Amino acid sequence: MEPFTRLTSRVVPLPNENVDTDQIVPARFLKVTDKAGMDQYLFCDWRFDAEGKPRPDFILNQPRAHGAKILLVGANFGTGSSREHAPWALVAFGFRALVGTTFADIFRNNSLKNGLLPVSISPADHAELLSRVEKDPDVEITIDLSSQTVTLPGGKTVSFPIDNFSKQCLLAGVDQLGYMLKQAAKISEYEASHPQPVKTISA
Amino acid sequence: MAQKPQTLFEKIWDRHVVVEEPDCPAVLYIDLHLVHEVTSPQAFQALRDRGIKLRQPSRTVATIDHSVPTTDRSLPIADAMAAKQIRQMETNCREFGVPLYGLDSPHQGIVHVIGPELGLTQPGMTIVCGDSHTATHGAFGALAFGVGTTEVEHVLATQCLLQRKPQTFEVRVDGQLHPGVTAKDIILALIAQIGVGGGVGSVLEYTGSTIRSLSMEARMTVCNMSIEAGSKAGMISPDDTTFQYIAGREYAPQGAAWDKALSDWKKLPTDEGARFDRTVTLDAAKLEPMITYGTNPGMGVPISAPIPTPESMPDASSRNALLQALRYMDLAPGKPLLGHTVDVVFIGSCTNSRISDLRAAAEVLKGRKVNPKVRVLVVPGSQEIKRQAEREGLHSVFQAAGCEWREPGCSMCIAMNGDELKPGQYSVSTSNRNFEGRQGKGGRTFLASPLTAAASAIEGRVADVRRFL
Repeated sequence: MEPFTRLTSRVVPLPNENVDTDQIVPARFLKVTDKAGMDQYLFCDWRFDAEGKPRPDFILNQPRAHGAKILLVGANFGTGSSREHAPWALVAFGFRALVGTTFADIFRNNSLKNGLLPVSISPADHAELLSRVEKDPDVEITIDLSSQTVTLPGGKTVSFPIDNFSKQCLLAGVDQLGYMLKQAAKISEYEASHPQPVKTISA
Repeated sequence: MAQKPQTLFEKIWDRHVVVEEPDCPAVLYIDLHLVHEVTSPQAFQALRDRGIKLRQPSRTVATIDHSVPTTDRSLPIADAMAAKQIRQMETNCREFGVPLYGLDSPHQGIVHVIGPELGLTQPGMTIVCGDSHTATHGAFGALAFGVGTTEVEHVLATQCLLQRKPQTFEVRVDGQLHPGVTAKDIILALIAQIGVGGGVGSVLEYTGSTIRSLSMEARMTVCNMSIEAGSKAGMISPDDTTFQYIAGREYAPQGAAWDKALSDWKKLPTDEGARFDRTVTLDAAKLEPMITYGTNPGMGVPISAPIPTPESMPDASSRNALLQALRYMDLAPGKPLLGHTVDVVFIGSCTNSRISDLRAAAEVLKGRKVNPKVRVLVVPGSQEIKRQAEREGLHSVFQAAGCEWREPGCSMCIAMNGDELKPGQYSVSTSNRNFEGRQGKGGRTFLASPLTAAASAIEGRVADVRRFL
């Protein structure tokens, strides 16, 4: 996983509330058995028409989306299905951070495990940022993970929450499994002192 | 000193914390890991790449449900990608030693249907699956939630997950349901009330006299859609209804082990005086059959109510969301949904494919014909349910009425297996999601109960089942 430290980028606004993971990656693309080429499925039914041609009015098809690493999203982004294909596709497309007010739980967890940083800011700051970004596609913001701050256009700095464990993993670019594997002795101890309620394989 | 009263959730959480180091999330032990073909291949591959073995095969169980055709199982699978994914699941299970209820198993079915059916789902357990509808198992007083593929990998490797403690949220439902109003209507009404983000960060516990009076299958319907309110999980404290359901099932404890388990399970229900972070209440007696009109499960109304108008929305964002939804659905604000044309009716999914759902639909359809313009798919949740329905002759009722009687799977709930709406078609569906394209690209979904689905199949329009009772 690529470390996440500090990111300055233009911002692509997609402020619809309750965007579900079925929109981020439609279910018919979940038949894959690897993670290759996920970017082509991102928002596929919003990006392309019935003939597969890009819809010019969709934000990700506009020049401003090219090379932008931050997506400005609406409340409860990533609701619905647990499919990790959603953050895989966002990362494959080039996004490293999402700025919103709230995120769906499973999606948020999945994002943190893929180097995609969900940044929650207040509704007022969100509205202000959205209006700036909608007026000027070249506006940039800076997200600094170490200090947990976003520097908005105009220079205002606001902080965002993240649990320290996920933060350290992102800063170092390490996944979380390493930490868990180091707990093997404690896990064995737990198993020895807790009876197994069901055994799916009979002894 | 008397112990502080605890909720069901807190009791299960405390029992499963392996270790919680300062400034780190808790390492939570997972009693049962359910696996299906769609969200697991990349996790098994990651284990392979790192040379890690599966820690606890005997706490793991797999089935094949999402990609599988619901047509004749003796035929080859036409979709090459689906066939490959299914083969991959079989290979992974063989290689890592995971028991698989696969396509040739008499117990194959939707993962959230077969877990309870086999008695694998038990009170007090922690259960996860790479599937958001894992919340279903909470009906048994288990802490059950959906995870992503990286977390599937974590559980395969360590039988644990890193977790931060969520908030607790009580949903109290009291009062007597009217005829024609079901568990599905309770949960659709709740989501309409608190919204699809209303439960984010929380575990719901459903309490109250109405919940107590529900069968296990109805409780599963309620818990199943907890995720549709954004909640991590939904749970119901176990009681005699729970214990009776489990007794005698394949993986249920037997003899002395049963007595021991039972005395433990009886300690689980939320204590008198335990505090929830939040509570909402619902009056079951005031509920009507519910139906959704929009593109998320919170966009629901009582079946006799009109579609909301933009003016009735509290803010600009929800006004925009409503307008976007109605554009996609090609519906007009302020108009009734009752009487709207329907092209397809789908009775199935982990929400409503159990034997009681099929019995309810069959009761309405018995001696009647579905409208010839409507395609009706009845998809039992498991092979066991299919056999039971056939023993009871329900399949004959469905077939005589003009419905398709199909093989078990997720089918048109997620439309990965060829069962799908055509662009522009409308369905009344007993499934759990009405997102854009969820039942097929361009398809439009009205979520409702099996009763409403059956009534709508007969009329060829969105119908009020109370006229048929």
